[in-house]
Amino acid sequence: MNHSKNRRNFMATTVQSVGLATLGGMLWSGYSDSVKASPLVLRPPGALAEKDFLTACIKCGLCAEACTNRDTNIDKETGKARVGTLQMAKGGDSLLIGTPYFIPTEVPCYMCEDIPCVPVCPSGALDMPSLLNEKQELDINKSTMGLAVVHKESCIAFWGIQCDACYRACPLLDVAITLEYQKNDRTGKHAFLLPIVQDTACTGCGLCEQACVTEKPAIFVLPNDVAKGKAGDHYVKGWDSKDQERVGNAKAEVTTTELSKKNVNDYLNMELEY
Amino acid sequence: MKNMKYLLLRRSVQLGILFLYFSANAYGWHILEGTFGTSLLFGTIPLADPYTTVQVLATGFILGTDVLLGALIITMFYFVVGGRAFCSWVCPINMVTDLANWLRRKLNLDKEEVNYRFLKRSARYWIMVVGIIVSALVGVAAFEVFSPITIMQRGIVFGFGMGFAVVLAIFLFDLFGVKNGWCGHLCPLGAAYSIIGSQSIIRVEHDHEACTNCMDCKVVCPENQVLHMINKSSISVTDGECTNCGRCVDVCNDDALKFSIRNFTKNK
Repeated sequence: MNHSKNRRNFMATTVQSVGLATLGGMLWSGYSDSVKASPLVLRPPGALAEKDFLTACIKCGLCAEACTNRDTNIDKETGKARVGTLQMAKGGDSLLIGTPYFIPTEVPCYMCEDIPCVPVCPSGALDMPSLLNEKQELDINKSTMGLAVVHKESCIAFWGIQCDACYRACPLLDVAITLEYQKNDRTGKHAFLLPIVQDTACTGCGLCEQACVTEKPAIFVLPNDVAKGKAGDHYVKGWDSKDQERVGNAKAEVTTTELSKKNVNDYLNMELEY
Repeated sequence: MKNMKYLLLRRSVQLGILFLYFSANAYGWHILEGTFGTSLLFGTIPLADPYTTVQVLATGFILGTDVLLGALIITMFYFVVGGRAFCSWVCPINMVTDLANWLRRKLNLDKEEVNYRFLKRSARYWIMVVGIIVSALVGVAAFEVFSPITIMQRGIVFGFGMGFAVVLAIFLFDLFGVKNGWCGHLCPLGAAYSIIGSQSIIRVEHDHEACTNCMDCKVVCPENQVLHMINKSSISVTDGECTNCGRCVDVCNDDALKFSIRNFTKNK
């Protein structure tokens, strides 16, 4: 009698515990999934793709500490470190808490040659091999933190006013941002000096965004995922033998589309349906 | 002052460690850098949180060797020093929950305590396991999404933001909600350290002959179920849930409790 009562109690508690654990697990999963959905964020150099980065980052802050305390960030007059580029996401930042990021208008990435933030990463979230050049040396120019985008309606250079603030601020001067000369037909005697961002060279450091003179920067850095489109494999540059290699393994696929039996006049005369 | 010895020692260690972490960022010291997730001792020796490491591994990501080595070092350290020494000697949340617990006693909140039957001390082990499963499902270390421990530590090193709300929530929960609610019932990291430290060598030993049954030790103990031997038998506290905080040793006026090396023969 007592034995079976004990057994029933045990069963009930086990079922209750498993049930509560499932409930908690579901709420927990939902919450965790929602807090990692923050696509508009710039990560340190060498960071894995955002989804993998969020998995890999162990939130230790060694990168941010290396950034703040690097030799070039020590104020020579006071001997103290200035505010570093990398911040650690805090509660209220709407980012996965404890992950490093930067805001160019506050402090951009100065693209240190020795990249102090990356070798200290213990987890592999900041991938050092991705920043090595052919000579196996660290090369900050290989980083792809984001892509600068120009909003030409608010860029005063596109109005015809002379401004090359972003062009001058770019650490890859005349490479990542180039100036395109165009005739100003409005005045008939002046030139436009238009800043054009070169996708393959821009690292997303944000020095241009910080330097921009307009009230709200007309050039700004977006994460690669947000800023870049993708033509897809079915568009090939037939004039570029290298681009054809990209789809070298593609197989031909024959599809047939059934011809419409409707008269063409019917199509032209039909009401538009949305 | 005699009955504050371990308490003061513990606070000095806790604050000292936090100060070293703070100094790594503020002054560029290379003594203890990083945060609990992964730290660097003297700029060379990696230390890593074993539970966080397991969560990241559960997502399928192969962590760098520094983290794995660091987690191994920490596991070995607490395996020997043990109990949940991390919880009472290192974790900054311990100061928050100890304060809540002390206020509970001062405000007589324990007397009117609501019996939270659904919340058992075993809940933390379930949370620990669920945390690993959620990490695997969502692809992100699940406890680290809201862990008040690292939020408080990063708050001290890098600035709190709204993170202090989590710490305040823990304080209010422990003060007005469940006694020892966070550290004693919910925290999955404490659960992990309970398991790691369950065989540890340094333990509190009870002398049944000297005990006068005043029960002061059970009043201050945050895990008083581990003190089941008081005035019954002269054995060590062997339960992994003991935090090795030494508060019972402090308050005992009979010299019936003291730290000692675990006696493996006497405890079966």
